Amino acid sequence: MPTDDKLIEVRGLKTHFFLDQGVVKAVDGVDFDLHRGETLCIVGESGCGKSITARSLMQIVDPPGRIVAGEMLLHRRAGGNGGGQVEDVVDLAKLAPNGREIRAIRGKEIAMIFQEPMTSLSPVHTIGRQISQAILLHNKVTKEEARQQTIETLRLVGLPKPELRVDGYPFQLSGGMRQRAMIAMALSCHPSLLIADEPTTALDVTTQAQILDLMIGLQEELGMAMMFITHDLGVVAEIADRVVVMYLGIVAESGDVDTIFGQPQHPYTQALLRSIPRVGGGVRQRLDSIKGMVPDPYNRPKGCPFHTRCSKRIPGVCDRTLPARATVGEGHEVSCLLYSMPRLSGHDGQGGGLPNRRGGMA
Amino acid sequence: MTIDLIRQDRNVLLEVRRLKMHFPIRKGFLRRQVGVVRAVDDVNFFVRTGETLGLVGESGCGKTTTGRCILRAYTPTAGEILYRRGSGDIVDLATLDEAGMKPMWREIRMIFQDPYSSLNPRMTLLEIVGDPLKLNKAVASSKELEERVAYLLKRVGLRPEYMHRYPHAFSGGERQRIGIARSLALNPRLVVADEAVSALDVSVRAQILNLLQDLQEEFGLTYIFVAHDLSVVEYLCDRVAVMYVGKLVELAKTEALYETPRHPYTEALMSAVPKPNPKQRGRGKRIILEGDVADPANPPKGCYFHPRCRYAKDRCSADTPELRNLGGSGAAGTDHFVACHFAEELALRGVGARS
Repeated sequence: MPTDDKLIEVRGLKTHFFLDQGVVKAVDGVDFDLHRGETLCIVGESGCGKSITARSLMQIVDPPGRIVAGEMLLHRRAGGNGGGQVEDVVDLAKLAPNGREIRAIRGKEIAMIFQEPMTSLSPVHTIGRQISQAILLHNKVTKEEARQQTIETLRLVGLPKPELRVDGYPFQLSGGMRQRAMIAMALSCHPSLLIADEPTTALDVTTQAQILDLMIGLQEELGMAMMFITHDLGVVAEIADRVVVMYLGIVAESGDVDTIFGQPQHPYTQALLRSIPRVGGGVRQRLDSIKGMVPDPYNRPKGCPFHTRCSKRIPGVCDRTLPARATVGEGHEVSCLLYSMPRLSGHDGQGGGLPNRRGGMA
Repeated sequence: MTIDLIRQDRNVLLEVRRLKMHFPIRKGFLRRQVGVVRAVDDVNFFVRTGETLGLVGESGCGKTTTGRCILRAYTPTAGEILYRRGSGDIVDLATLDEAGMKPMWREIRMIFQDPYSSLNPRMTLLEIVGDPLKLNKAVASSKELEERVAYLLKRVGLRPEYMHRYPHAFSGGERQRIGIARSLALNPRLVVADEAVSALDVSVRAQILNLLQDLQEEFGLTYIFVAHDLSVVEYLCDRVAVMYVGKLVELAKTEALYETPRHPYTEALMSAVPKPNPKQRGRGKRIILEGDVADPANPPKGCYFHPRCRYAKDRCSADTPELRNLGGSGAAGTDHFVACHFAEELALRGVGARS
């Protein structure tokens, strides 16, 4: 259930990769909020920066990548989940990536599930050992208590015979079961935010359905917030409360799930939704595809990054001005010059969804 | 299944009969054979000229192996793959040797899944696309070769000027176009596309799907489209075959299969697909299959699906169901093949039922 109190506030986050060939601006000014208990989906095509945004939150961006600007505020509540306590706000962007503070948060308050369960579990340690390690690190418990908690968590994620599986190795599990073990590991310390980076992409549809159901059920049970990264719009429609659509390192559009699917405002979101074949949609209707490719990250287009593929671009405006965020509805924000006129005469983009006529003059 | 359909019906391009592909499991120092993986186990289907047949199923169901058997990348353990050549002769691809297959490989081509690993990074586009032409001596001079490659590149939406570049200079979608150009170089009649769009991003996937359709119309191609994505299959295919643990469980016209599935596995598969519409959330209404896919080295007795099937009865764990035709009497497009004992009695939900 989405509530109004914020858990994470991301403002102007920029994560750049400094390579020999140039600077890749993987994340270039991302803003969003995440409230307690809600499911936020970040969607976009490969290379749009959705995974790097998540990794930035955890401070696990690999070099040569670095967070160069912005803040990521984590609102922590002292003394458990009871309401009314004093909130203490930490800026995750200011913490050293290997410092003590972020290590206390990582795995404890923010946990992450990765895409490929086989490569993110250690093949030479038992499942129980890998999970209890996190419990032992973050809690004052004995090894025996940690083992019991591990078994309980494995039972929670629906792994059959957890008291036997706890001593098993990852290769003894199927893909779906491994992903359950990964989820158990992430949940072992009761995080207030679970980041899931394409958790079902490597799975078959029937297994994907099992895992999605499990995650929705667990979220209701444990009341944590979820940040779900995916490129599959079907999955988004299935689980999201709110959606952030990313394109080339910026947030193109954000809003609640019904708005994004029902009344998308950004030309990219609209085109993306038109370009997917739908089950039950009939045979052989022609798809509206987005022309061209995602531009090369080394030389991003000037102005709005989508203007090279956009069917509604305004020549002379979109290729010069980086669009500002404009609010077009309740909790619905779009970064598009159709909605936020360039600030030529002090106009600050509050006009909302009026497709402009003055567009051509600039 | 009808015997010798390919000989009776001139529209049938390919008929696969009782195809089996078993891979040995070897163990120990002497590599003694201790068992077999039944990757494809007794599969029957046919493809009509000009149509697109979808082959769907989860990983390990044998759909890719079936495709590879048709191209004879594998030599099948048993069964027949009858193919009607351009000249009208019918040949059994399963028994041909390499010399015999050579002319077939001009007519049957493949499009691969991964556009990154299926192109040689040290060859230019001209070499990649032109290779099949040169090998088969389909062009007389290097000038003609360049012209032909330029035409092919243009056809798949790439600039002919790029022909001297290397694959690394292209994005995933463009590489997939290069792969398609290569498979079209020899004017094939049948194209096996193995997960041809699975590795692509949404916006690029739509371009490639549209391209595949345009090329089919233009060149009169017949596709066997191997995929796991049901929405893509519905969009592209005329008929769809569903596989489960090496067996064909259902085959019908796309609308019929999606609207009125007759096999419980198809029903579960359809209901598991997340729909891009938040108003149709399937939580609670979705059929969640219990457990995991059966092990093809050690399949359960009877119907392979019975341990996960919610309609299973005693008979299902004893008798193996045969593929039967429940549809109309042989007229093209009405047939509906199902391998389930209770297909007539079950009322199963199609994709439209959830909203």
